[in-house]
Amino acid sequence: MTQAADLYQDIILHHSRSPRHFGTLDAYTHHIKADNPLCGDSYELFLQIGDDDIIRNASFEGAGCAISKASTSLMLDAVIGKSVAEAEALFVRFLCLVKEPGSPESQDESMGKLAAFSGVWKYPSRVKCAILSWHAMHDILQATHQKNTQ
Amino acid sequence: MNIALPLKTDFPALQQKIKGHDLVWLDSASTTLKPKSVITAVHQYYTHCSANVHRSVHTPSEEATAAYERSREMARKFLNARSTTEIIFTAGTTDGINLLATSLSRGILKPGNAILITQLEHHANIVPWQMLRDYHGVNLRIAPITATGDIDLDAFRAAMTPDVKLVAFSALSNAIGTVLPVQQMVRIAHEAGALTLIDAAQAVATMPVDVQALGCDFLVCSGHKMFGPTGIGLLYGRETLLDELPPARTGGDMIKSVTFEKTVFNDLPAKFEAGTPNIAGAIGLAAAIDFLLNIPFEAITRHEEALLQYAIMKLQEIPAVRRIGTPQKQVSIVSFVMENVHPHDAGSLFDDDGIAVRAGHHCAQPLMQHFNVPATIRWSFSLYNDMHDVNRALESIERILKVFS
Repeated sequence: MTQAADLYQDIILHHSRSPRHFGTLDAYTHHIKADNPLCGDSYELFLQIGDDDIIRNASFEGAGCAISKASTSLMLDAVIGKSVAEAEALFVRFLCLVKEPGSPESQDESMGKLAAFSGVWKYPSRVKCAILSWHAMHDILQATHQKNTQ
Repeated sequence: MNIALPLKTDFPALQQKIKGHDLVWLDSASTTLKPKSVITAVHQYYTHCSANVHRSVHTPSEEATAAYERSREMARKFLNARSTTEIIFTAGTTDGINLLATSLSRGILKPGNAILITQLEHHANIVPWQMLRDYHGVNLRIAPITATGDIDLDAFRAAMTPDVKLVAFSALSNAIGTVLPVQQMVRIAHEAGALTLIDAAQAVATMPVDVQALGCDFLVCSGHKMFGPTGIGLLYGRETLLDELPPARTGGDMIKSVTFEKTVFNDLPAKFEAGTPNIAGAIGLAAAIDFLLNIPFEAITRHEEALLQYAIMKLQEIPAVRRIGTPQKQVSIVSFVMENVHPHDAGSLFDDDGIAVRAGHHCAQPLMQHFNVPATIRWSFSLYNDMHDVNRALESIERILKVFS
């Protein structure tokens, strides 16, 4: 089971069993669905973004596999308190971490608990699970950015 | 087992290690592994001949044509069609259904006619008919299944209204292993004046398929689910119907003469085979049929039945496992979910143990909706599996449950 440890690290198992920021958010400013109809992963993300472009709060609801659920939980943990630009930068770095063998991000301590996903590239069919909610968040952040630059 | 089944060593794919373990292939419903004889046949065509068919007068082409048409005769024999004119080579089941749908929309089906399928169907037997619904004004109806995953025959009978001109259904559900009462359903359809199409993709490697005994009008199957190559399949059609239907695809080989004003189509079966066909695929399929015809089907059926019943018995002993679909007659396939474990997580962990299972919706999303699950884990058995394979998969379940406990 050494391989399983690559994918299902304790932190991922923990967050899939007891996800953080799970539930609806009353005062959200942005809302999006993250669906993968192919495997049935289906989440709703709620983001509260202040006028200062800081992600004040966030939550999610829904169901899916351990990888997608833990990834969503840890993503929200990581971006709450960050600016839209910082969250966008993290999105790009997380994609590298998940997709690329031996990426610089996998060695970077600033990735924190997200480093738990550094073995996902060995399971190409599971990459989409790890990045599902990240892409949904990216869609929100892009829309925010475009609105602000208009 | 009195009759010896082919050995694992006949299947080169089974000689490999996956993540340090001997591969256990429990995904034959997705595609079966290929015996040496099939691999050799395809290799030989490309090595020694590789010429096109039905064209040139040179010797390699004559040989290729003869081999291709011998394959058609093998397929005729395998399905027990009356004549090789009733055997059309396709790219597979999906291709066969699409070909037939196109042809029927040009010939027999009229706007306002209805097509009846069942709730068990996989996407290949749903979407082509939705296209006819959306572009040709044909109605599409669904015959419901019961809570166990069996066809509801009373509802099926009731759905056979006079406007139903075609009934299309799988002989064996790829997702949950239900065996359908094909002969009975064909009879009901015919009594109501409808044509019948049997999707035998899943059935052909597991049970004898005899088009005359089934009485169906059309039947499709795939080479790769019966130990043959990918990209080749069969469409059987009753000769009178194939004669009546216009071609679905046009081009070289399917014509007798062409002028810019008018084209005269070729005779059957060439009328439905435009362009250079999958010659290597047809030759490989013939080798697969030869392989299958050398094993009594009762031996395959009995072997798979023993594996399935053992697997079901053992799965039912695990409290965290819930079977999806408990049909009255089930062969070679069992679907289940595990408490607190998403099927895709389970699939990855099975893979870590060298066990290939299918985790997903099995291209049958409406059926998953019926059982209210997004996906299942599916084990499917074939003649190269043994009890040891089942035991290894069962041990894997224990480990998976521990990871997620």
